[in-house]
Amino acid sequence: MSVLADAVFALLLWPGLVGGAALAWLLLWIQRKLTARLQGRKGPPFYQPFFDFVKLLGKETVQAGGIDRSLLFGLPLASLGAATAALALIPVPGNPMPPFAGDLVLVLYLLEMPALCEVLAGYSSRSLYGQVGASREAVLSLGYNLPFLAAVAALAIRAKSLTLRALAAAPIGPVHLAAALALLLSLPARLKRNPFSIPNAEQEIVAGPFTEFSGVPLALFELAHGLELVAYLGLFITLFMQVGGATPGFYLIAGVALVALLTILATATARLTVHQAFRFYWRWGAAAAAAALVLAKIW
Amino acid sequence: MKILDSITAISRRKSPWVYCLNAGSCNGCDIEVAACLSPRYDVEQVGVLREGSPKHADILIVTGPLTLRTRDALLDIFAQIPRPRAVVAIGSCPASGNVFAGSPAVVGALAQVIPVDVYVPGCPPRPQTILQGCLQAAMLLAEGKTHDQQGDARRAG
Repeated sequence: MSVLADAVFALLLWPGLVGGAALAWLLLWIQRKLTARLQGRKGPPFYQPFFDFVKLLGKETVQAGGIDRSLLFGLPLASLGAATAALALIPVPGNPMPPFAGDLVLVLYLLEMPALCEVLAGYSSRSLYGQVGASREAVLSLGYNLPFLAAVAALAIRAKSLTLRALAAAPIGPVHLAAALALLLSLPARLKRNPFSIPNAEQEIVAGPFTEFSGVPLALFELAHGLELVAYLGLFITLFMQVGGATPGFYLIAGVALVALLTILATATARLTVHQAFRFYWRWGAAAAAAALVLAKIW
Repeated sequence: MKILDSITAISRRKSPWVYCLNAGSCNGCDIEVAACLSPRYDVEQVGVLREGSPKHADILIVTGPLTLRTRDALLDIFAQIPRPRAVVAIGSCPASGNVFAGSPAVVGALAQVIPVDVYVPGCPPRPQTILQGCLQAAMLLAEGKTHDQQGDARRAG
């Protein structure tokens, strides 16, 4: 019974829906504020992502022609549910979720869901821009998943376990360096930031897969994206940055530092084309992935 | 429920997303709207975001005299903006047709076709005035005083 209570607590309060949303809004604000400051602008106040979300919830949901109502609400809900569940499984400080063998595999699967929902959303909306965005996301996921999955696989080989806590507890070695590099390479594309903001390319293909989504479904997609951001940062810090001790303060500082790094990269670069990004991942991403796997085997 | 309503009202005031439509403008007003996005005026500091899809927008910004060719596009885009929505007419052209009034290629004032909530005067208006117009429209949205929220069912066919 207490296991069930712990799981519900982890899903709904911390680090799941409520705590995750608060962190997501904070990190999204830091992204926008830092982008604005780097461009010489003033930037939005700290409550901006929260009010954006509430406003979208209070708007009418336009039923686009040809899109099924169950898909219109089902896809954002699936995306949000998967991101929340992934976040609830990551052993951040204070997470009451009990570890179980193979939770790493479940997290990887759940983290793949938002991208899958986005592709389906783009195709189901029957908008030309949505379909272009969806095909770009689908192609790009073949690219960024190579270093991402290889990095996690290398750590799993090293720790001889598929449990997140076992991976986190493994002593830091050379394999961690190569794996961290591979995972960092995949992060900008995973989070659709420049120079890999290709699927949602604002202005270029309107809003990509979300072009036809409005009101509540759009709000849920935005929240799912925020939770995804928190989940990736939590996963990265859990896997690679246990040196500073796993205090909540350390997690927060490291998360903000990673967001700052991603934002500086995003503001300093322009958008690549799909084939340039794909080539980048299958060249440098593959090199980092191979290095991580080889180091995991021989060191 | 009262708290929820007031939070929704505040969020409408704090987060007005705009969609810009050029209905046959000479581009003068569009340059001033673009200046609003620049570091000097930075509309994002009051929560304004420029959206590419009308389905994400709260405020429709229209520049230019409404030409016959853009009329149907305007009606189509206006119908796609989810309620509650506001319309801001930028410059003299959507207000009256300006020097183009009476031209066989121009419909005339924007208000003949869709209800306009805020007029921003000028030819072209200054960026500060455009920003003020957007904030005024956001305030109307929060107070529930836009034509759309008050049930003005004016629709041209």
